[in-house]
Amino acid sequence: MAGTEDTANNFLDALLLALDLITELNAGLIEIVSLSLSVSLSAVLIAASIGLPLGAALTVYNFRGRQISIVLLNALMGLPPVFIGLTVYLLLSRSGPLGALELLFTPTAMIIAQAILITPIVAALSRQTCQALYEIYEEQLRSLGATPLNIMLTILWDARISLVTAIMAGFGRAIAEVGAVFIVGGNIEHFTRVMTTTIALETSKGNLALAMALGIILVLLSIVVNGVASVTADSVSRSRANR
Amino acid sequence: MNKLPLTLKNVTYHSGGKQLLKCNATISEGLNTVILGPNGAGKSIFLRVCHGLLKPTEGQVEWTGEEQDANNPNQAMVFEKPIMLQRTAEANLAYGLKLRGAKRHVIKQRVLQMLRRVGLTEAAKQLATSLSAGEQQRLALARAWVLEPDVLFLDEPTANLDPGSTAEVEVIIQEIRKSGTKIVMTTHDLGQAKRLGGDIIFLYGGILKEHSPAEKFFDSPKTIEARAFLNGEILWGQY
Repeated sequence: MAGTEDTANNFLDALLLALDLITELNAGLIEIVSLSLSVSLSAVLIAASIGLPLGAALTVYNFRGRQISIVLLNALMGLPPVFIGLTVYLLLSRSGPLGALELLFTPTAMIIAQAILITPIVAALSRQTCQALYEIYEEQLRSLGATPLNIMLTILWDARISLVTAIMAGFGRAIAEVGAVFIVGGNIEHFTRVMTTTIALETSKGNLALAMALGIILVLLSIVVNGVASVTADSVSRSRANR
Repeated sequence: MNKLPLTLKNVTYHSGGKQLLKCNATISEGLNTVILGPNGAGKSIFLRVCHGLLKPTEGQVEWTGEEQDANNPNQAMVFEKPIMLQRTAEANLAYGLKLRGAKRHVIKQRVLQMLRRVGLTEAAKQLATSLSAGEQQRLALARAWVLEPDVLFLDEPTANLDPGSTAEVEVIIQEIRKSGTKIVMTTHDLGQAKRLGGDIIFLYGGILKEHSPAEKFFDSPKTIEARAFLNGEILWGQY
């Protein structure tokens, strides 16, 4: 019985604390929120610039091993973050092949790990979206004289609104991920500490209310970013339909 | 430059182990060529093979003796169900010209001119996919016409349209012909074949049964199948 009460109290405390942290614009909170955002948004930028063309290319170009590539890409969507973290760790560590860059335990290392994590997601989801449009467009575009490259660009442009969903799926996975950034970032205060690693740390220290408060803020953040993306996509579709 | 006549030499097309087309044909300069035949006769495949969208399994498709290029810039096609790019009407018209590297001011001028010709000036800024079926078909015709093709292939251009829209589309087709473009089209509407056809190619079961001037075809068809088709008897594709 006492346990249930504790849980209820924890939730209430957490909500109040979350509200406090937000309203007072807590400096520590702002620091980790902005690092979380900048790391994950950078990773999304990289993932989108690789994943979107890759997804479209896998749709349009027919080559040997295409089917296997698609199966592989879909499988890569489920890569465990800790595994990616460990791989990037080994690559970047002092004795590793990229050790000379001295990137381990920096935000850059975190961006690399997250980008590797979400590029397959963005690519696989883009491929699905592009495939649907390709089946409608293919004959018509070829008839008009489009090359495969033309077709690829046309499909990416005309599917841009649906492709936002693929990008947001990648962002959601990146911002919520803890294992990879923990391993390659190290959760160093004022340097590589982000929302998820802080939550894990505070939980292990027994500060459940603070951890929960941060969790609530993380969820709110995710909702805000998705909202901004969908509103932007909407207004883009209205204003630029004629390009 | 004149690309015609278009010659199909011992062309066959197979898919899924089945022969869907087998014919020799010559399509010459001049009046509209209309492909007739029941559903499943191979009309759409015939057009796609001519246009280069499908590669014949055997035989050659030749333009004035030269091997056909899939991206030959002097031909265009309008499909049975118009495929609209998810852009405005004017952007749909500009698309093919852009691919051909036309200058921006040329594109603008020709797009405007073309919208006027097919009566879609008001719809210029509308999303093409939001237009009515008749408007979409006219836009699809304009998108092909703006390229000033030597040959234009039309696959059942009025199959999904009401009589009013059909009449509008037929007027546009005749104007395209007058502007110097050879029309090769399929239809299963005999009235339309009589109104538009200069010569008739009759396909049955994937085989070219008859190719003659329209008047002769409708007056005295040579084959049993063509006679049955014209008499309105039920003909089955290739079952």
